[in-house]
Amino acid sequence: MCYLGDGFKNKHFEIRNRKSEIHLSQRLIVFKSSSTLLHHHLLNKFIIYCKTLPQNPLKITTFASIFRSVIKYPSQMIRKTLIFSLLFSFLGLTLVGQGEIHVDTAHAVMPANSAPGTEAHADHTTGTDAHSDGEHKFNPSATAFHHISDQNVYNIGPFNIPLPCLLYTRGKGGFLQSWDIFSSSKFAFDAVGHGDGHKAYNRYVLHEGQVMRIQDASFPEGEIELSGFSHKMIPDAKGKNVDAAFANYNGNAYQLDKKSTADGGLFGGGVTSFFDFSLGKNAISMLLVCLLLGWMFIRIARAYKNNPGQAPKGIQNLIEPIVIFLRDEVAKPFIGAKWEKFFPFLMSLFFFILGLNLFGQIPFFGGSNVTGNLSVTMVLALVAFILTVINGNKHYWEHIVWMPGVPAWVKIILTPVEILGVFIKPLTLMLRLFANITAGHMTLVVFVSLIFIFGKSGQSVGGSLGASIGSGLLSIFMMAIELLVAFVQAYVFTLLTASYLGAATEEHHTKGEHH
Amino acid sequence: MVGSIAAIGMGLAVIGAGIGVGTIGGKAMDAIARQPEAVGDIRANMILTAALVEGAALIGLLLAFLSNGI
Repeated sequence: MCYLGDGFKNKHFEIRNRKSEIHLSQRLIVFKSSSTLLHHHLLNKFIIYCKTLPQNPLKITTFASIFRSVIKYPSQMIRKTLIFSLLFSFLGLTLVGQGEIHVDTAHAVMPANSAPGTEAHADHTTGTDAHSDGEHKFNPSATAFHHISDQNVYNIGPFNIPLPCLLYTRGKGGFLQSWDIFSSSKFAFDAVGHGDGHKAYNRYVLHEGQVMRIQDASFPEGEIELSGFSHKMIPDAKGKNVDAAFANYNGNAYQLDKKSTADGGLFGGGVTSFFDFSLGKNAISMLLVCLLLGWMFIRIARAYKNNPGQAPKGIQNLIEPIVIFLRDEVAKPFIGAKWEKFFPFLMSLFFFILGLNLFGQIPFFGGSNVTGNLSVTMVLALVAFILTVINGNKHYWEHIVWMPGVPAWVKIILTPVEILGVFIKPLTLMLRLFANITAGHMTLVVFVSLIFIFGKSGQSVGGSLGASIGSGLLSIFMMAIELLVAFVQAYVFTLLTASYLGAATEEHHTKGEHH
Repeated sequence: MVGSIAAIGMGLAVIGAGIGVGTIGGKAMDAIARQPEAVGDIRANMILTAALVEGAALIGLLLAFLSNGI
């Protein structure tokens, strides 16, 4: 405290000096001194606030003492909670407004869909009745899946920013194979909205932020004005009813193809008529996080180089404990003597996963679900798998294929199990990270969806108001848990990778100690 | 009908994970009560083991989605 007090006295002098400079009518200095004053004011407030906290400064860090101070000074907390609740209910209202817009557009496209269709589209008219009934029903799981998926626009809050598209289509449907490279602004989507494009370009359309392709080869190429989109349940190849999207043009509804996915149809994907190699929302987030991490680490490395042996400053304070923790608790005990060889890889893994987990947690900033994307986690696990296989020594492979000191009939049973284990380990790595992050994001979307479920898609204002406060509180709770999960999953992934690498590079023990 | 059976399966998976995480947490509390000085090590191992058990439940969740065919 004494030290801080001295600092403040000095600052006070500074401020007085600056104040005299204001008369020189230099605007910049006015700005500077006013910001210093504000800074000083805030710091003073903080010091006063700190003095109200329990005496022992160490106790402030425990949850119990925070809880105690909340009980001791309830008026502040109640005020803050009220502000948050109001904020979230306001948010809920804007969402309800969006829900109404959704219902309206559904009505608007109805005539286009039920217009007397020509030849192949006759069956669409028969399905319209069931469709119009189903449109009012809000489907939370479809909304959740839409919100966790990659998109071809970057959305900050309700604002959409176009991203480059790089699309490839195989020679299907009478067309030669071709690459299409353009900006997604070609689809003429609204800057504020849900990412539905008003135009089709070379049979590609933008629906709910994702590029889709019109199946019908008779659809004209080039830029075509569309009248809207609609959804309908139609039977797929297996005879199951699935949700399909349609683009409306000239009174006809054209069925849309989703992009090809490599998840083997896990979420209704598979290989379709086109591949999407675009720089989508996920790729942009990944680049942003990589640039941020690179910038941070280069700065830190320079700081260590320039002032060696000095106490860490600024962001070094944040990173140094994590790096030391990873070195002492993860790399050294799990890998052993060769930890230095793999430490850069483990650090990259940890900070990449942590950075992306946390980046996806920022509300209204894209909310990109990168580590909850199966392809991303697959590549991470694949790198870990390849490293394990390459670095596996004779001892490791011996213990997998033909363990010494085990009866032959046990070997016949154990060897296939061990060989399977080599592949199952990275598979569980991949699935664990993917499922944890995806589940978190989806739970958040489902909590927000409660507003629509209780508000009956904008018909019941009272229900949506009540639900928006409830879902706001639930979302805060869930985000707190997700913050923990972000750290735990990055830690677990790194730790398990380290243990697999350690098992692969372990030196031969002396006999009797280990088998 | 398929969807509801998948949901039941997911519920069963969560019961298993719940028992697992509960046991881990309880035993960790026991261990901390017995040896308060080892709280750091115990906490780290507890989180790791809980994450491993939770992974099983999440794979259950994934399979529920898969058989639901969304």
